[in-house]
Amino acid sequence: QVDLTSHIVRVLTSLKVENAGSEPVSKVLLAFPNIQAKNLAAIRAFGTEGKVKGLSSVLPIEVVEPSGVPPELTFFSASLHKPLQKGKILHLDVLTVFTHFLQPFPEEITQADSQLVVFQDSSHYLSPYPVKVQTLSIRLPGGRVESYTKYGNTKLVDSELKYGPYEDVPPFSYNPIIVHFENNNPFAVAKELIREIEISHWGNVQITEHYNIVHGGARLKGEFSRLDYQSRPYARGVSSFRHLIARLPARAHSIYYRDEIGNISTSHLWSDSKKTQLEIEPRFPLFGGWQTTFTIGYGLPLQDFVFSADGKRFLNITFGSPMEEILIEKLIVKVVLPEGSKDIDVSAPFPTNQWQEVVPHWTIDN
Amino acid sequence: MAEPVANAAAPAPAPGRLRNAFGGVLCAFTLILIGVLAFSIRLFSVIKYESVIHEFDPYFNFRVTQFLSKNGIYEFWNWFDDRTWYPLGRVIGGTVYPGLTLTAGSIWWFVNALNIPLSVETVCVFTAPIFSAIASWATYLLTKEAKGTGAGLMAAAILAMVPSYISRSVAGSYDNEAVAIFALVFTFYLYVKTLNTGSLFYATLNALSYFYMVCSWGGYTFIINLIPMHVLLCIVTGRYSSRLYIAYAPLVILGTLLAALVPVVGFNAVLTSEHFASFLVFIILHVVAFVYYIKGLLTPRLFKMAMTLVITVGLAVCFAVVAILVALVASSPTKGWSGRSLSLLDPTYASKYIPIIASVSEHQPPTWPSYFMDINVLAFLVPAGIISCFLPLSDASSFMVLYLVTAVYFSGVMVRLMLVLAPAACILSGIALSSAFDVLTRSMKFQLSKLFDDGPAISGNGSPNGSSASTVNTSSSKNEKTEKSEAAPKEKQSKKNRRKDKEVTESVSVKPKKEKRLSVLPLEASIVSTLLLIALGGFYVVHCVWAAAEAYSAPSIVLTSRSREGLHVFDDFREAYAWLSHNTDVDDKVASWWDYGYQTTAMANRTVIVDNNTWNNTHIATVGTAMSSPEKAAWEIFDSLDVKYVLVVFGGLVGYPSDDINKFLWMVRIGGGEFPHIKEPDYLRDGQYRVDAQATPTMLNCLMYKLCYYRFVETDGKGFDRVRGYEIGKKHFKLTHFEEVFTTHHWMVRIYKLKPQKNRIRGKLKKLKSQSSKTSSTLAAGRKKNPWQ
Repeated sequence: QVDLTSHIVRVLTSLKVENAGSEPVSKVLLAFPNIQAKNLAAIRAFGTEGKVKGLSSVLPIEVVEPSGVPPELTFFSASLHKPLQKGKILHLDVLTVFTHFLQPFPEEITQADSQLVVFQDSSHYLSPYPVKVQTLSIRLPGGRVESYTKYGNTKLVDSELKYGPYEDVPPFSYNPIIVHFENNNPFAVAKELIREIEISHWGNVQITEHYNIVHGGARLKGEFSRLDYQSRPYARGVSSFRHLIARLPARAHSIYYRDEIGNISTSHLWSDSKKTQLEIEPRFPLFGGWQTTFTIGYGLPLQDFVFSADGKRFLNITFGSPMEEILIEKLIVKVVLPEGSKDIDVSAPFPTNQWQEVVPHWTIDN
Repeated sequence: MAEPVANAAAPAPAPGRLRNAFGGVLCAFTLILIGVLAFSIRLFSVIKYESVIHEFDPYFNFRVTQFLSKNGIYEFWNWFDDRTWYPLGRVIGGTVYPGLTLTAGSIWWFVNALNIPLSVETVCVFTAPIFSAIASWATYLLTKEAKGTGAGLMAAAILAMVPSYISRSVAGSYDNEAVAIFALVFTFYLYVKTLNTGSLFYATLNALSYFYMVCSWGGYTFIINLIPMHVLLCIVTGRYSSRLYIAYAPLVILGTLLAALVPVVGFNAVLTSEHFASFLVFIILHVVAFVYYIKGLLTPRLFKMAMTLVITVGLAVCFAVVAILVALVASSPTKGWSGRSLSLLDPTYASKYIPIIASVSEHQPPTWPSYFMDINVLAFLVPAGIISCFLPLSDASSFMVLYLVTAVYFSGVMVRLMLVLAPAACILSGIALSSAFDVLTRSMKFQLSKLFDDGPAISGNGSPNGSSASTVNTSSSKNEKTEKSEAAPKEKQSKKNRRKDKEVTESVSVKPKKEKRLSVLPLEASIVSTLLLIALGGFYVVHCVWAAAEAYSAPSIVLTSRSREGLHVFDDFREAYAWLSHNTDVDDKVASWWDYGYQTTAMANRTVIVDNNTWNNTHIATVGTAMSSPEKAAWEIFDSLDVKYVLVVFGGLVGYPSDDINKFLWMVRIGGGEFPHIKEPDYLRDGQYRVDAQATPTMLNCLMYKLCYYRFVETDGKGFDRVRGYEIGKKHFKLTHFEEVFTTHHWMVRIYKLKPQKNRIRGKLKKLKSQSSKTSSTLAAGRKKNPWQ
């Protein structure tokens, strides 16, 4: 099942794997074409053994290069917790997230046009194993569908496009499909995000995030007329976006929103006990290809994020950005620890580049 | 805000006589309070708006400071800025008064050396309030030299909140004047101090302080003319002394040498006419010194002979020097005077010859209300202060009077120089108030003590009670009165105050004389006048706080308006600059009227054609001409300047009055000054400037009109301009050579892009080729022809 409603493509693949061979199998190979693998942002596999869908557990995944396969494919292997015996069945849910997958076409549009994007994939599930039964359903954001590849059993119902079922597909079969459709959701891409997490002894975690945002969709061609934008915002300027929503942790305080030339006054804040929601509007609406930079900062209570055990202190904090539906190309997280911190140890769920530097600071805050 | 002032006002008369340790401590404490007051009254802009740099020039200073803090001092001196005055560029290090930047830069460096991570912007925003606190302390010192501690404290307190100074030094107003006023007052203090002590140490300090002033502000010429004037005054009135010599001679020599070290001044320190007065007085001083020296040596008979000799020789030398100077001056192109200085001497000069100086609103002569707005009750106290300065007249107090008189003249020429008047007015009002309080409290004390003495003798127990009751009354009613005066509505106050002020000036003028003879006033009269004076002070405080909070705190890049739904923010300028800075190429050139040059370079980081440093009139005239030309001609001018974007400020949609249409006449005037085909009458209908249906076709077809009103009619169907208050003349038109690329939310800034030149049509080109010989010549002629002539 492919979700194309935003500019980030989320693919949830539900597999029912049967060990048809004689030996127990401890690994399942997942294949992606190189072009897709390049845009792969995250892959997560959950497996449950047996007929009944019970508690699923996350499976470790690594890149492998098995011999004797086409070089255009990239393989990931999900290692099972225990080997799959002959004839046994395993339910495997693989969630993959792709970025930059939707190509805007045409690449340049005027203010009045809405944004059309192209999605390319295979209607057959690409796998090194033979596939017995397979269907593909694509969820579209609604609105106009310019064209889609039609095969025999293709159905378009409302905003759902269905291919299949296909039966007995041989390994490595590829059946290209193209969907050309309207997608006016914000294509917010952060070219660079620098997060500074500053921990002070005085009971405060100060987070500062510097964004460099670009509208990654179809580029704006020709004039931008404020008149059209203001008088008919939905007809003229439908491809633009004017606000972003950040979900900050609960009890965030002293929130500010500014850029290098001063405070930006267009923002709204709601907060309840669960979360703090910040809606920020950049200084100008972002059309395709337009950029802007801004900084948001907020303070968090220290006891919500720092725990101490064995004479050590642990900071447990989200790595990524609190923004919704935003794609971050380059993320730098700086953690400023109090003066005199030693034995620094970092654990992140994925590999990162790390370095340390010592910057003297006089922290003057509450 | 009012409380520290009340504190300051109350002890002010007392320390004059409290010559003990307690007085000293009280005085120091009061000064600290005054400093806090001066700093905090300037923070309204940060609290009401945000911590941001204000207006136009501060943005340039901020940018220079950023460069300085990033690249260091040596890079700064050699900085050639290619972001401005395209394609000429500007040597910043050599054309900027570096005092402010160096000050803020070193504050930033110092603070960061202490590991306090303040940004350059924060330091710049708060430089002005810090220096106004220091300036009020300098005022204390200066006034103390002239009239004692009481007057000093009074003057410092008044200066701390004088609206005229606040207008230039609120937090964020990061301009030269912010530090220059401190330098000005401090230089005067050191001069007066040297004059009083005759110490060479202070004379040297004076030269250094003068150097700082030269670094900071072009207004240093005021010092170098005022001090010679005072020296001359002293000589003429027979007050020559060796102290005068020590106060003046080192200042001229050292000061001039030091001034010549500042790149922007350089040889101007000896070459331009602004400085000649000081040299002339220097010579005269030597002649006089010589005469006095001889007088001491010779017998009266011989002295007379020598005197005639010296005077003839001296005159001859003077004439020779004057002749040389005149020759030098006459040979220099501007007769040695800069345009601004000339417009000071002849207020009508600028409007006649230099429209670019006349076009700046702060170079206009002030109106009467602006005096009341800027110095408020001080305007009425100053005459009393002058009288008080003449009783007795000392070197220092004569200097104050001279300072005031010249400053009043200059403030009458330019609104901007009201700032120079402010310290003088504060000092003299401080003197006036302090001596008035002095007289009043003394006579009260005297009367009371007389009552005490006489009371028991005449009527056993009745009167002591009465007198003590009256003292209690005075103190309590004082408090009541101050509170009342702060709470009372302003209109009433102002009316009352005018009357009061007359009384006060009269009473002050009469009293000191009486004091000499009797030094007593009737008890009731003195109590009443004290209360009136306190009320006056209260009214002043209320006015200052109002001015600081409401009138002078707006940063002018963010505008707000109050409507029924609440505060509405107009942040269009920064919206446009942010758009420019993120969505245009880093080397694109942006053309706009020069007002927005500094902001564009600082906030959008784009190259501009002209900016607020109006050093090249032709270049500005070129932009003015382009704006007042029809589209095609304008496109050619801009294209020849490599301009990619044109930015106009338009207030017609929301009613923002200082937009480009209202400034447009100046563009025409300045453009027409250089390029005669732009004629001002073409843009005026019967001498009236208008853009409605009555407007001339030239006006309706010029670029500025078109860029401002492009598709404006579609907003409301009529094209009603809210600033001008009528419907625009030409409503439906299209742009052929420009395209709209960005307009801000309230339409206040509109940015257009120059369309690329259209490709020549094939057939046409062939035709051209066939008639090659002919066309090439015409083409060459067309090329040669300057597009805007």
